[in-house]
Amino acid sequence: MIKEELEGIWHILLKDLKAYYFKPPNISWGILFPLVLALAFTLRNPAGFAELSPGLVAMAALFGTTSMEAIVITFEKRVGALERLIMAPVSLLTILVGKVLGGAVFGLVIAGVMTLISLLFLNAVVTYPILFIAVLILTVLAHSALGALVAVSVKEVFEAQTLSNYFRFPMVFLCGVFLPVEVMPIPIQVIAHLLPLTYAVDAFRQVLIGPLHISLMLRDVAALILFLTIFLMWATRLLKKSLG
Amino acid sequence: MSDVITTQSLTKYYDSLVAVDHISMQVKEGEIFGFLGPNGAGKTTTIRMLVGLTTPSEGTATIKGYDIRKEIVNVKRCVGVVPETSNLYNELTVWENLRFMAGMYHVPKNEREHRITSLLKTFGLTDRRGAKFGGLSKGLKRRATIAAALVHHPEILFLDEPTSGLDVMSARSLRKFLKNLRETGVTVFLTTHYIEEADQLCDRIAIIVKGRIIAVDTPEKLKAVVQGTSVIEVTFTSPVQRINLEELEAYGQVEAKDNTLWIQVTDVSKSLKALTSFADDNGLEVVYMNTVKPSLEEAFVKLTGVESEVMLMEKERRGGGA
Repeated sequence: MIKEELEGIWHILLKDLKAYYFKPPNISWGILFPLVLALAFTLRNPAGFAELSPGLVAMAALFGTTSMEAIVITFEKRVGALERLIMAPVSLLTILVGKVLGGAVFGLVIAGVMTLISLLFLNAVVTYPILFIAVLILTVLAHSALGALVAVSVKEVFEAQTLSNYFRFPMVFLCGVFLPVEVMPIPIQVIAHLLPLTYAVDAFRQVLIGPLHISLMLRDVAALILFLTIFLMWATRLLKKSLG
Repeated sequence: MSDVITTQSLTKYYDSLVAVDHISMQVKEGEIFGFLGPNGAGKTTTIRMLVGLTTPSEGTATIKGYDIRKEIVNVKRCVGVVPETSNLYNELTVWENLRFMAGMYHVPKNEREHRITSLLKTFGLTDRRGAKFGGLSKGLKRRATIAAALVHHPEILFLDEPTSGLDVMSARSLRKFLKNLRETGVTVFLTTHYIEEADQLCDRIAIIVKGRIIAVDTPEKLKAVVQGTSVIEVTFTSPVQRINLEELEAYGQVEAKDNTLWIQVTDVSKSLKALTSFADDNGLEVVYMNTVKPSLEEAFVKLTGVESEVMLMEKERRGGGA
């Protein structure tokens, strides 16, 4: 049974990568988006880029995962292709895990390009490489699950895009991408700690710039795993409800 | 033959609307079972419940002994589904679509290539294996979708309006394939609103109207509902509409348009004699005469009180009757 579910996840992932993510326009967007982001912030403040790099890698992961994935799932719902998966002998959770992995792989590519640009041209450093990879994977998974949740909540592709922007842009300003959360007013800090990007930015800051605080890192990792679980379960529940 | 599909009071509500209303039926192994009804009768909703795309509001159903509420993954393993809309992936080629479906249905790796090659050959898609699904014609898309539903060798095949929108040749070819499929022991459950299609293909037919099954039987037995009734169609050299038809109405219901009469009769021989003398008396010359046996369509209309699309078109052609 588990083998069949894993096989299902694998086939959905491969299909989504081939059919949607690794198309020339998406690949070029995947390279251009972090490049433009890095250029814009370097021109504004060349000396301070390294300090901003944790937030920008997290932001690239956020936009990389949610932008395409919400469209892919909503599009498949719209044309009836998602039903093709629901008719297959796998659980709804398996279908969503496959979808989330597709978005996560695309997010990894975009965040990876952002990291490479930061390392090669903008004097950023990765202080803890293995931890960085672990944090990056958890970040793209958690935000990809958020993209899936948005996608199953709406019917139309444009609704998915609009709803995504409702939380993406506030997250960029609230979660410490440009300004540390600690300097914000207390009510904003409370809201920021309810959002996954806050933990991703904090974890990236520790592994890219340092210093590393084990307790804080554990908190960030646990929070990202918790968000991933909650978003996935919630999305599965909504998908099941949509069949009712 | 054992029952492979059983439903007990299967019901689906959409808010206050009853889409499927307490239907109970059995489908036997190896038969082609038709679900016949007008648009909006509940045919598609029934299939969607049986294959796990919609949750029933009430009632139960089993497929190959598996409860659709509790063991839906087991149900999905033994069924193939061809939805009304051909919904493979436009961005993938025909081959990639079939390989994806083989993977999703856990077809052993060493069998996949052989099965896909064989299906492409069966459906005349070998030379289109590298074509994107989105670029195929409607008929080819339909064929590819059916091939995809068969890649895991399902024991039961659900087809929702399989020939809807297809050209005559494609529809004929598909019907021939479904007849051949029966020989392999696959149970076919199809919905259609084409009465002729149901008559040609199905071993048994359930007639569904407004979510309720009102009859389940073989096409022959369903036709027996109107047995003893035939239609005589006769065309004269001159118009008959102004002639007094009361004499003929004694033999059955009469419709007339231009030079042609349709008389619904119970005794064909007696009626033909009467018709001949009627023509002589009125100075009419018969140029064409035909006797039409009762059709499934007439049985459908009699059972449901719903005029089928074909019947309405025919009535339109006749100008609404006498």
